Amino acid sequence: MNTMTLERRRLDEAPPLTSETMVAFERVQKTYDGRTLVVEDLNLTVRRGEFLTMLGPSGSGKTTTLMMLGGFEQPTSGRILLEGQAVERLPPERRDIGFVFQNYALFPHMTVAENVGFPLRYRGVRGAEAARRVAEALAMVKLGGLGERRPAQLSGGQQQRVALARAMVFNPKLILMDEPLGALDKQLREHMQVEIRKIQQNLGITMVYVTHDQSEALTMSDRIAVFHEGRIQQLSDPVTLYDQPENRFVAGFIGDNNTLSGDFLGVEDGFGVVRLADGSRLLTTGAAGIPGSSVTVSLRPERLGLDNGTRQGAENRFPARVLDRTFLGDRVRLTLEAFGDPSLVASLPAADGAAVTPGGIVTLTCRAADCLTLTR
Amino acid sequence: MWLPAYATRSERLCRLAVVTFAFAVLVFLVGPLFVVFPLSVSKDPFFTFPIEAYSWRWYADFFQNARWTQSLWNSLVAATFSTALATLLGTLAALGIARPGFPARKAVMALMISPMIMPVVIVAVGAYMFFGPLGLTNTRTGLVLAHAGLAIPFVVITVLSSLSTYDANLTRAGASLGAGPVSVFFTVTLPLILPGIVSGALLAFAVSFDEVIVALFLTGAEQRTLPVQMFSGIRDQINPTIMAAASLLTTVSIALFVGLSLIRRLRRG
Repeated sequence: MNTMTLERRRLDEAPPLTSETMVAFERVQKTYDGRTLVVEDLNLTVRRGEFLTMLGPSGSGKTTTLMMLGGFEQPTSGRILLEGQAVERLPPERRDIGFVFQNYALFPHMTVAENVGFPLRYRGVRGAEAARRVAEALAMVKLGGLGERRPAQLSGGQQQRVALARAMVFNPKLILMDEPLGALDKQLREHMQVEIRKIQQNLGITMVYVTHDQSEALTMSDRIAVFHEGRIQQLSDPVTLYDQPENRFVAGFIGDNNTLSGDFLGVEDGFGVVRLADGSRLLTTGAAGIPGSSVTVSLRPERLGLDNGTRQGAENRFPARVLDRTFLGDRVRLTLEAFGDPSLVASLPAADGAAVTPGGIVTLTCRAADCLTLTR
Repeated sequence: MWLPAYATRSERLCRLAVVTFAFAVLVFLVGPLFVVFPLSVSKDPFFTFPIEAYSWRWYADFFQNARWTQSLWNSLVAATFSTALATLLGTLAALGIARPGFPARKAVMALMISPMIMPVVIVAVGAYMFFGPLGLTNTRTGLVLAHAGLAIPFVVITVLSSLSTYDANLTRAGASLGAGPVSVFFTVTLPLILPGIVSGALLAFAVSFDEVIVALFLTGAEQRTLPVQMFSGIRDQINPTIMAAASLLTTVSIALFVGLSLIRRLRRG
C-alpha cells in the first residue's frame, strides 16, 4: 500500500470540522458539459490563518475550485463549508470573501480610494470611518497618497496592490487570489510574493492562492495542493512536497527531476532495491512496490554528487559518461549517460564541476534517501 | 500621395487614378447636400442655379407655417419616445445576449437584427396590417412602437460592442466585494457601457427622425412627421420651403453624427 492511497483514504473521510477549519470541500464535483469532470471528487480543508496554494498546470481544476469557493461557479455535487456553514448556494456578495483577480479587475471609472472604499459602502461603513479604513488599507500596501489617482494611471504592480487593499479592507473571512502576479515582470513578482506573504502573516489572514508557478508556490505557501486532471495529487507543506513527491506527476511537476524506470526487486536492510534498465541495482526509499513490478525512481539533479571520497553515507555509487557541461555561475549542470540512459542530469556546485570535461567518465554518488521509488 | 520615394511612374499613375475615383465617389455621395442647402437660402422661388440673391425667407416660411411646425414637433416627439423605448429594450436585450450562458445566441441575434435588413416597406405594411385591428394606426403610439422596432437593432449592436470590451471580472469583483446584482449593474456595469448606450440612443433618434415609409403608413394628418410632410409637399407643390426643411433635417442628422463621433473619441481617450 503506497502513501498516496493512504492519503486519499484519510481525505475521503469527512474532514474534522474544528474551529481551526476555515473552508472544507466535501466530495465536490464540477462539470461544465455534463460529461467531463473538471473537478473530480474534491476533499480539501483550509485551516484558519494558513496560506494554501492550489498549484497545477492549466486545465487541472485549480481555478474552477477557486471560482466555486468564491461563488462564481456552482459545484455539480458536493458541499463547500465556510466556517462550518454550507455556502455552495450562497451568492458571492453574501460570502464575505475577498477576491483578487488575475487582471486585478479594478473599476476603471473610480479612483483608487473609491475602489478600495467600494466594499465598505455595502457594509454600512461611511464618512470618516470609511476614509480612515481606506487610508489604512492603502498604507498597508504602501500606496498612501495615491488615493485620488485612477487605476489607469498606476503601474501594474501598483494596480495589483490596490486590488489587494480592496480585497482586505473589509476584513473578509478569507482572501482568494487567482494568479495575481502573472502579469508582472520577474523581479516585481518576487518582491510581491514576499510582500503578500508578510501581510498575510502579520494579519493572520487565511489565503487561498492559485498559481501554475511552482517556485511561487514553494516560496509563499504553508501548504500546497497539487492539482492535475481534476484531482489533488498531493497536499503537503513545500519541503515535503519537494523532498517526498508521492507520485510521478508531482515528482515531474515540482522542480527538476531525473526519472529512472526499473523493476522493484524487494526490500534489503530497509532500502528498496530497484533494478534499472542496464541491470544495475539502486538502493532507494519511498513506497515499496510489489516485487517484480515496474516502478519509477525519482532523483533530484542537485542530490547527485561526484565521488571524491568526501561524501559519506552515499549508498549508491555508479559510473557515468559526461555528455555535456553547462556553466551556470554558481553551479554546473551536467548531462550524463548512466544506466543506459543518456539523459541523466546532475547539478553540482561550480567548484566540484570545474574539473569535469565532456567525454570523461566520472563516478557519481547519491544517498538512498534521495532516490525515491514511485509506484504511481 | 503616400507613396514611397522609389515608386515607379506607373505606380504613381495608378495611385492618382485611385485617388481621383475616390474623390468622385465622395462628391456624388454628398452632392445632394451642396444642392439642398444653397437652394434653401436662395431668394428665388424657382430652383435655379446660379443663385442670384440670398434670403432666409423659406426658413421664416417654415417656422410660420403651422403644418411644418406641427410636423417638426410630431417628429421630435415620436423620435424622443421611440428612442427612449428602443434604448431601454435594446440595452436589456444586449445585456441578456452577452451573458455567457445565453441559449441560441445566433438565432436570437438574427431575429433582433432583422428589422435592419428587411425592406422597410415590408416592415411598414406588416406594421399597418398588424396595428390596424389593434387601433394603433393613425396614432402616435403606433408610430413610436414601429420606430422603436426599427431602432432596436442599432441599440443592440452598439451596446453589444461596448459590452465586448467590458471585463466580466468587474461584475464578479463587485459581487465579491458585497454588492448585489442590481447594485453592481448601476455602480459598475452601467457607467462603463454608457457610451455605447448613448451612441445607440443617438442612432435610434436618427432612425426615427429620418424615417418616412413606416410613418407614411401609420400616421394620419394629426401625427404627420417632418419627412412625411416633405414627401407630401413635394407631391403637392414644389416649394423652396421643402429645401429649408431638408436642410434642417440634414443639420439634425449631422449634429447626431458629430455627437456620435465625440462619444467614440471620449471612449477611446
